[in-house]
Amino acid sequence: MATEALHTSPPDTWSPIFGRLNWGWIPYHEPILVGTFSAIVLGGLAVLLLMTRFRLWGPFWHGWVTTIDHKKIGIMYMALGFIMFVRGFADAIMMRAQQAMAAGGAEGYLPPHHFDQVFTAHGVIMIFFVAMAFITGIMNYVMPLQIGARDVAFPFLNNFSFWMTVAGAVLVNISLFIGEFARVGWLAFPPLSGASYSTGPGMDYYLWSLQIAGIGTTLSGINMIATILKMRSPGMRLFDMPIFTWTTLCTNFLIVAAFPVLTATLTMLTLDRYLGTHFFTNDLGGNSMLYINLIWIWGHPEVYILILPIFGVFSEIVATFSGKPIFGYKTMVWATACIMVLSFIVWLHHFFTMGSGANVNAFFGITTMIIAVPTGVKIFNWLFTMYKGSVRLETPMLWTIAFIVTFTIGGMTGVLLAVPPVDFQLHNTLFLIAHFHNVIIGGVVFGVYAAVTYWWPKAFGFKLHEGWMRRCFWLWVTGFYFAFMPLYALGLMGATRRMNAYMDTAWQIYFVIAAFGAVLILGGIVCGFAGGYVSILKRKELACGSDPWNGRTLDWATQSPVAPYNFPEEIQVTGRDMFWEMKQNGFKWSGHFHDIHMPKGTSSGIVLAAMATVFGFAMIWYIWWLAIISFLGCVAYGIAHTFNYDRDFYIPAKDVEANESKDAIA
Amino acid sequence: MSEHPEHGQGHVDHGHGDHGTFGSLMTGFGLAGILTLIPFGIVMMEPDWQPVVSIGIIMGLGAIQIVVHLVYFLHLNRDSEEGWTFAATIFAIVILAIVLAGSLWVMHNMNANMMPMSEENMTGLPDLPAGAEHGGHGASHE
Repeated sequence: MATEALHTSPPDTWSPIFGRLNWGWIPYHEPILVGTFSAIVLGGLAVLLLMTRFRLWGPFWHGWVTTIDHKKIGIMYMALGFIMFVRGFADAIMMRAQQAMAAGGAEGYLPPHHFDQVFTAHGVIMIFFVAMAFITGIMNYVMPLQIGARDVAFPFLNNFSFWMTVAGAVLVNISLFIGEFARVGWLAFPPLSGASYSTGPGMDYYLWSLQIAGIGTTLSGINMIATILKMRSPGMRLFDMPIFTWTTLCTNFLIVAAFPVLTATLTMLTLDRYLGTHFFTNDLGGNSMLYINLIWIWGHPEVYILILPIFGVFSEIVATFSGKPIFGYKTMVWATACIMVLSFIVWLHHFFTMGSGANVNAFFGITTMIIAVPTGVKIFNWLFTMYKGSVRLETPMLWTIAFIVTFTIGGMTGVLLAVPPVDFQLHNTLFLIAHFHNVIIGGVVFGVYAAVTYWWPKAFGFKLHEGWMRRCFWLWVTGFYFAFMPLYALGLMGATRRMNAYMDTAWQIYFVIAAFGAVLILGGIVCGFAGGYVSILKRKELACGSDPWNGRTLDWATQSPVAPYNFPEEIQVTGRDMFWEMKQNGFKWSGHFHDIHMPKGTSSGIVLAAMATVFGFAMIWYIWWLAIISFLGCVAYGIAHTFNYDRDFYIPAKDVEANESKDAIA
Repeated sequence: MSEHPEHGQGHVDHGHGDHGTFGSLMTGFGLAGILTLIPFGIVMMEPDWQPVVSIGIIMGLGAIQIVVHLVYFLHLNRDSEEGWTFAATIFAIVILAIVLAGSLWVMHNMNANMMPMSEENMTGLPDLPAGAEHGGHGASHE
């Protein structure tokens, strides 16, 4: 293998100043990486120049970086998600191209050393920095508006959580140009991820980026729970909350319960790698199967963390565009709560083949089938909401219908995989890959596009361009079916996942079709971005009132774009679908406004996160002096921040009044 | 954080000032002390029974100790914060029980189904191919 022979590991050196970092780790001999790097540097320089030219640094720093406004943080999460989505998708299309080529002895263009990094990076990025960023962003933006709150319970913590997530993402991207990324699959099972088999810094990039981002996720979970429990409008009982707020509540309970398991598991693996402990080694009492058990105790709730808020999104959309209250509100809530608990008793279905035996497998097979029931309840609720409603097929509704169909298919293949004997045939094949992309793309990705199209007018005051968003929709949906249906077939034929090359040329046509599907999806992504761009250009024509879809929940009672204080006065909630009720009664603000007490922005979040990034980098490269300094810096700065008493201000009543009168509410 | 005075207007002031009475704190302190002394006593007296029994008793008392702390020092009861503290604790206990019991069950079965392994099997790593650090993946190809 010519490409293999070329790849030699950089010399294993350690110096007190640079740790194990040396020139050998800078991939200047890899044309693809050098090209990407130059493109990013040039693009980055262009952005910096333009920002300087148009004097945008001040607004960017004060308006965005240091903001503690939940709406802007939500938008920044979405921006992070889309940026990382491009990176993750680039990995995906590289894999599709490789597999379309590498049949019957052909090697393709990616050597295994690269291919392994690519699929690991794809999985890690798509789950932790795309899907998680998207759902956190949507929850951040929408939930406080739906409960009539001014902000989240801990606004600074929210900013800090966001920047910690960015810190993790930055570390993953640094690995592209300094060193390497892990080659272990997205969940990094030992012993492969242990000290003996993953010697380079790649695995340590994985550990530290996830640990740092995980701090942000956990804190944001606590923040949102506190917000929902303590900051609802007066009169809003739990069973008056919109479904999206309910799903947010349950998701964040899952985050708070599950993410510490991930943190603990990765910490033990880190100790194995750094200090030579034996939690997950084969010798001295360690057990690598325990890692797999623990990581899936986090991993299964994680998939529900991703999908529950999206169920909430679709519930809002389906009710709005059917012009009816959601069918079976209480069953929806209870189904969500059941999923929340049940998601903790199905984890073993990820490793039926590891050998727990028939009783254990049967138990987890049955619980897995049971968890499909509440999900089925939701599907019926959405269908019955549409039934006899005056359904408007606007773009968010198109995504919803595509979701219901696609997700149902994915759910059925999931129930199929829940049968242990079947799983023994399909485990680790492309059938599994097709299944979880079917639910994650058909669920989370479609849901994110639906949510963006639905709440964009609320965030910016104008709608997204209908034509481009429909093109985006059709390319994504057809692309999805072309890209993943062949993988079901390949999985049934025995094609395994994470395969760099294969001998059976009969498989090639399926891989080519899948690659074609990926190209269609690329078209969908491009149309989506084009839609955003065109809409911004045509924002005057596309401008709409504060309630363009005839919404039902309190988020639509605000101005578009939402004023910093969200609601000029408190709303007395008397039931579900409160805004609908208010509109029936000819809703108007009273006009007697008071000064509004607001939290002030702070740079502490980004400073702490920057130091955490340096700490992670230093730990990855064994630069101990830098690790000690940056860690102490984090602690000291965090303590110093608590002495900052300049953290609030008032928006005077007359400003509120001026702002509210400039836009007569439609 | 107190950013939202207006916002709080319509709210019930949720259970602030619920810091327990002197009596309840002393009861907690007493219970915690007793629950600490018994395990120490067991270890120091070296009783005749099996060590497993001692460990069992100590673990059990430890669990009770957790409950004592929650109730007397963290003021966990059904009423504080509209019952959310209680509900969240129950949720945490349920999840902990599932995770711990489930892991023990799963791992016990995994171990029971393992092939018998000698000491050398356990300590010896499979041989890495030449140039192990990054060359390892080459092994899967012809």
